[in-house]
Amino acid sequence: MPRAGSGSSVASPLVEKVTHYLQTHARWGVLEYVFWLAAVATIFVLPGRHLILTEIAWLGLFALSLDLILGYAGIISLGHAAFFGVGSYVAALLAKHAIVNEPVLALVVSGLAAAVLGFATSFLVLRGSDLARLMVTLGVALIMREIANQIPEITGGADGLQGVIMGPILGMFGFDIFGHVGYVYCLGVLFILFLIARRIVHSPFGLSLRAVKGNSLRSALVGISVNSRLIAVYTLAAFYAGVAGALLAQTTAFASLDVFSFERSADLLLVLIIGGTGYLYGGLIGAVIFKLMQDWIASLTPQYWQFWIGLVLVVIVLIGRERIGLATGFVRGLAGRLFRRMAPGVKPVTVAEGH
Amino acid sequence: MPVALETVVLEKHFGGLAAVNGVSLAIEKGARHALIGPNGAGKTTVINLLTGVLQPSSGRILLAGHDITALESHKRVRLGLARTFQINQLFLDFTPLETIGLAISERMGTGAQWWRLPGSKPVLTEELVELLERFHLTDVMFERTGNLAYGKQRLLEIALAIACRPHVLLLDEPAAGVPEDERHEILATVAALPADVTVLLIEHDMDIVFSFADRISVLVNGALFTEGAPEEVGRDPRVKAVYLGESLNA
Repeated sequence: MPRAGSGSSVASPLVEKVTHYLQTHARWGVLEYVFWLAAVATIFVLPGRHLILTEIAWLGLFALSLDLILGYAGIISLGHAAFFGVGSYVAALLAKHAIVNEPVLALVVSGLAAAVLGFATSFLVLRGSDLARLMVTLGVALIMREIANQIPEITGGADGLQGVIMGPILGMFGFDIFGHVGYVYCLGVLFILFLIARRIVHSPFGLSLRAVKGNSLRSALVGISVNSRLIAVYTLAAFYAGVAGALLAQTTAFASLDVFSFERSADLLLVLIIGGTGYLYGGLIGAVIFKLMQDWIASLTPQYWQFWIGLVLVVIVLIGRERIGLATGFVRGLAGRLFRRMAPGVKPVTVAEGH
Repeated sequence: MPVALETVVLEKHFGGLAAVNGVSLAIEKGARHALIGPNGAGKTTVINLLTGVLQPSSGRILLAGHDITALESHKRVRLGLARTFQINQLFLDFTPLETIGLAISERMGTGAQWWRLPGSKPVLTEELVELLERFHLTDVMFERTGNLAYGKQRLLEIALAIACRPHVLLLDEPAAGVPEDERHEILATVAALPADVTVLLIEHDMDIVFSFADRISVLVNGALFTEGAPEEVGRDPRVKAVYLGESLNA
């Protein structure tokens, strides 16, 4: 008995149009190709800048992690360094005690360790206002830092974890002193995790996250289990942050208390706001701008770095919108137009339209 | 007829105020039941209790005989209880296409899939298009919901509830704020609901109530005042007094 499936019936033009739209709107825009080709080009074109580019790569991944919860689920955090720090220490400890010698495997283990902490603390951010979430996440990071400080026999305490010797990547490529291998490694990890994140935010799960962010009351009333979605994305973001922290530890062969610091979490928020939330490239672009600006200003006037970054922050927020997610409406609007609409439904907001 | 939705001595207190005061309501399967009453009678609070937006102070809620009093909102939706809001609760940054797609996807249990791309399920797409057509939303399906005309938003509000394929649908003033000449579009979609869907309608417009409902409950000061067939309630001088009293005070 032949099955009378959709194959035999002729779909209406409208169904075809919608199907076509749904299947193609998440395709790569031209500028996305340009972005990643440029990133790959830096490997060959800027060999002398690989150390700072490495920092940009893991910072970009760290900011991408924050974007997953802030840009897509509306969870604001001032303690994302908690996960970064766990990933960092776990990676350093795995290498130091030769538990896992292969960096890629150690990276995954570090990410998973951070994800466990993310899952455990996700229950604290389910409810409450933005302010409550800021305080809770900040508190978790402070607690993690103090725990690391109180167990110097494991973490090295205030001196940091020294004597870390990294094995070669995949057993073949050893880290070199100029950071060439380290940069290619970080960029590769960033690209793979970016691809996964991009796929996820375009999935039905990603759509439901944006629904929760937009209107959590109505989300529950169309059958979305709001809490389980938030727990899932918070855990995922913690994994990403842990991997970013592990990249730092692996490329510097060092971990210190400052991976948990408040400044790290606060800077991260800044990075993401500079680049814009909710389209995945914000964290990456923000990391490039932040690091280059930091490098440039620091070389001009080292002592005034904080002043300039503070000024930039104030200007961004004033020019943009009162809402933090839209604070970089200009950048987002521009990027949104250039990249087409990578996050469907997230309309690029132009400054002129503001209220 | 079996009872689709029932409340047993439902109460909700806000501080000292009894917003809902011992309401026992039984809505038969397939009914077109209207809940009317003057402003502040507690109609929307009842809907909020039924859908789990608020927790009752005491009393029970039964959906097809199952106690759902302690159930979370999203689980009630999955059991077939959907609602619309008096004031639109939409995803303003979504397009109507995404909005309806989201609801269908959640109903089909695929909403948590994180690796599949949308548009890969023909069944979903066909239903999506069918709903958009039925609610006259195809011409604006790629536009941002926040930019739509109010009447279109109102249609989307109802379409979103229908996309959950409810057994019991709670409509909180579906035509509220819609200009007279656009109302028929909304009311026609409500009237065209399948007969086996049970509908509880909150409405102020008595023309709509009497043309739609086969049963009417009157809520006054949080308590059930009277209940009956439309002609009985329409004749009841006490109901008239309640409404006249309100309009005199207003």
